[in-house]
Amino acid sequence: MSWGALLTLCAVSYALKAAGPVLAGGRQLGPRARQALDLVAVPLLAALILVQTLGDGHRLTIDARLPALAVAAVLVWRRAPFLVVVLAAAATAATLRAIS
Amino acid sequence: MATTTLSRAAGIGIAVGLYGISFGVLAVAAGVSAAQACVMSMLVFTGASQFAFVGVLAGGGGALAAMGPAVMLALRNAAYGLSLAPILRGRLGDRALAAHFVIDESTAMARAEVDPRAARRAFLATGISVWLCWNAGTLAGALLGAGFGDPRALGLDAMFPAAFLALLAPQLRRPAAPAAAVAGAIVAVALVPVAPAGVPVIAGLAGVVPGVLVARGARA
Repeated sequence: MSWGALLTLCAVSYALKAAGPVLAGGRQLGPRARQALDLVAVPLLAALILVQTLGDGHRLTIDARLPALAVAAVLVWRRAPFLVVVLAAAATAATLRAIS
Repeated sequence: MATTTLSRAAGIGIAVGLYGISFGVLAVAAGVSAAQACVMSMLVFTGASQFAFVGVLAGGGGALAAMGPAVMLALRNAAYGLSLAPILRGRLGDRALAAHFVIDESTAMARAEVDPRAARRAFLATGISVWLCWNAGTLAGALLGAGFGDPRALGLDAMFPAAFLALLAPQLRRPAAPAAAVAGAIVAVALVPVAPAGVPVIAGLAGVVPGVLVARGARA
């Protein structure tokens, strides 16, 4: 991965964080704009979950990642710690691939 | 400073540090060098964006395709920064430094305080604690991950959706969120066969529209 892309991401990320404290000086967004900004992460995360579970290049496939996601979902619902959730997902996928 | 503020900040930091380990492992599995993973955690310092960036790279997308979802996920930090502006007053240099610590955890801790000075202390304590632990975790994970073999055989690719699910779940309580999540997921999956890597996820952003409409309907 190129350092250029990485440093661009650093700059954009900082600029977004700093817009309020450095530039706005107490000015506020309207409630509707704030609500939309607040909501942005939700459909993006949902899209990432599904694309990274089912996507395989330009194809959609069902493989060991789907049962792994199901295990993760149960653990998230049971309020398991983050690291437990991701490790259980990895272990599920690795086990299914090893035995198939 | 109140002991409860410090101990809560430390507790949040430790939890985030564990999640930093998984970021380091996944970044290296996605072809990012350990040095790049560490620089990203020090300077980008916003977890969901970093996971999204290396997730798209791991899925075969280029750096440009990876940038889209990462930047979109960082947009909420702009909303946080605006909401924190009234408590982050002071000299320009101080405000510029404090801005780097505008993330989910520090914002939540600041919002839990009523007194502006207590809110500022909670913000800084949490932000700095999370920064230290996130970077320590990333370094540990990147070094650990460099010793791993085939990422698929270890199920590392299955860690990404699990990580995103754990990040998404607490946000689903808001009334607009479930509709936005379902719509975003449907749009993205439908585009996988036809759009270049990285684009389906950005297109999932369209899910905000039904989300806002549902929220407005609920209020009316």
